[in-house]
Amino acid sequence: MAELNAGGGAGHGKHEKKRAKKLSTRVDMTPLVDLAFLLLTFFVLTATFNKPKVMDLNFPYDKEDANDVKSEVRNGITLIASGNDKLYYYSGGLDKDPKLTEISYKADGLRKLLLERNAEVVSQIKALGEKAQKTKMADTTFKREVVKIQSFPDALVVLIKNDDKAVYKNIIDIVDELNITKVGRFVVVDELDPKEKLMLEQIKTNP
Amino acid sequence: MPKIKMPRSSPSLDMTPMVDLAFLLVTFFMLTASFRQVEPVVIEAPSSIAEDLLPENVVQVTIDKDGRAFFGMSGFEVRKNTLRQIAEEFSLKLDEDHYQKFAGMNMFGVDTRQLPQYLMLSESERENLGTKGIPYDSTNNQLKTWIDLGRREAAKEYQRLKEEAKERNRPFKDDGLRYAIKADGKAPYDKVKAVIQIFKDLNIYRFNMITNVEEEPKI
Repeated sequence: MAELNAGGGAGHGKHEKKRAKKLSTRVDMTPLVDLAFLLLTFFVLTATFNKPKVMDLNFPYDKEDANDVKSEVRNGITLIASGNDKLYYYSGGLDKDPKLTEISYKADGLRKLLLERNAEVVSQIKALGEKAQKTKMADTTFKREVVKIQSFPDALVVLIKNDDKAVYKNIIDIVDELNITKVGRFVVVDELDPKEKLMLEQIKTNP
Repeated sequence: MPKIKMPRSSPSLDMTPMVDLAFLLVTFFMLTASFRQVEPVVIEAPSSIAEDLLPENVVQVTIDKDGRAFFGMSGFEVRKNTLRQIAEEFSLKLDEDHYQKFAGMNMFGVDTRQLPQYLMLSESERENLGTKGIPYDSTNNQLKTWIDLGRREAAKEYQRLKEEAKERNRPFKDDGLRYAIKADGKAPYDKVKAVIQIFKDLNIYRFNMITNVEEEPKI
């Protein structure tokens, strides 16, 4: 009622029409936009970080399988993970009395060693990668070619062992380094050889 | 020098298209989002350069930093059917309520004999209940039973879906069951090894290790 009175009071002429005040049809949308983007940010952030990523890992079918790898190794390294994030390695077969050496998990330790020993494969895969980019090679073909390179007889073979004091992260770190340095042939072996145990004890008491 | 006259225009602009777009995106993300369920333990997985996504159809064993094991698998119906088999195996008395609760749970880690009581607890009560995980030592290897029965049920469901797709002449997404292991970085490796040995005893040798993402370094 108050509005009606106010409208009438302002008039002067006789032919005065009662006009509704022209209200803008526009609504201030800023808060709406704020809210929408807040929700959007929330859902984007929760959605993309949800799906976990996985690393493929194959284990040998039985103990004999691991031994098979051992016997044919031409260019082999055995890594032994131990407690307190310690890692040791030796090259070649156990019958040749290899020397156990400590090495770090960092890029200048394990990765450097693997890259040196697997240099041939790494350079071939690099060349293949360049060729694949030029010729627009299919992804599956590329992967097949990579596997072919990785399994050639002189490629590096790695045995991953542990002395039951290692933690899960150590093993995953090693496998990850192997993936980075394109080592295709590696086996996670459960049991330590008695000779290896001896070497491990020696190096721990007398580093 | 004449002054440059700026054209007079209102500083407020029409935000309608922007709002339209924003709400469209909100709707999209809301519908596609699947909310992560409360997990009974916090796992800090180690990181790797792996970029493969976790497959849809998995049996997952989770190992926390104390070496406790948790079991989970995908599929509402599959979980229900697995529990049916488990109830028979361990002669548990379960009713429909138990099955419903279990089907909605993505992971659990209690002794199978305590499972009926555990299912009836509320979420906060479950959190406060310190669990010992599913036993998996050689004398009481319940985890092995869970994995074995779980994969059988998953295989049945897979077969059923395949036949159903064939009947209706629909394409069938052929991804078989995979086995995922999610372990805390600090979990003792001999515990992880024991779990892997269980899989090996069931003739499963291929795993998907769940890891966090890390950038691949240049070599």
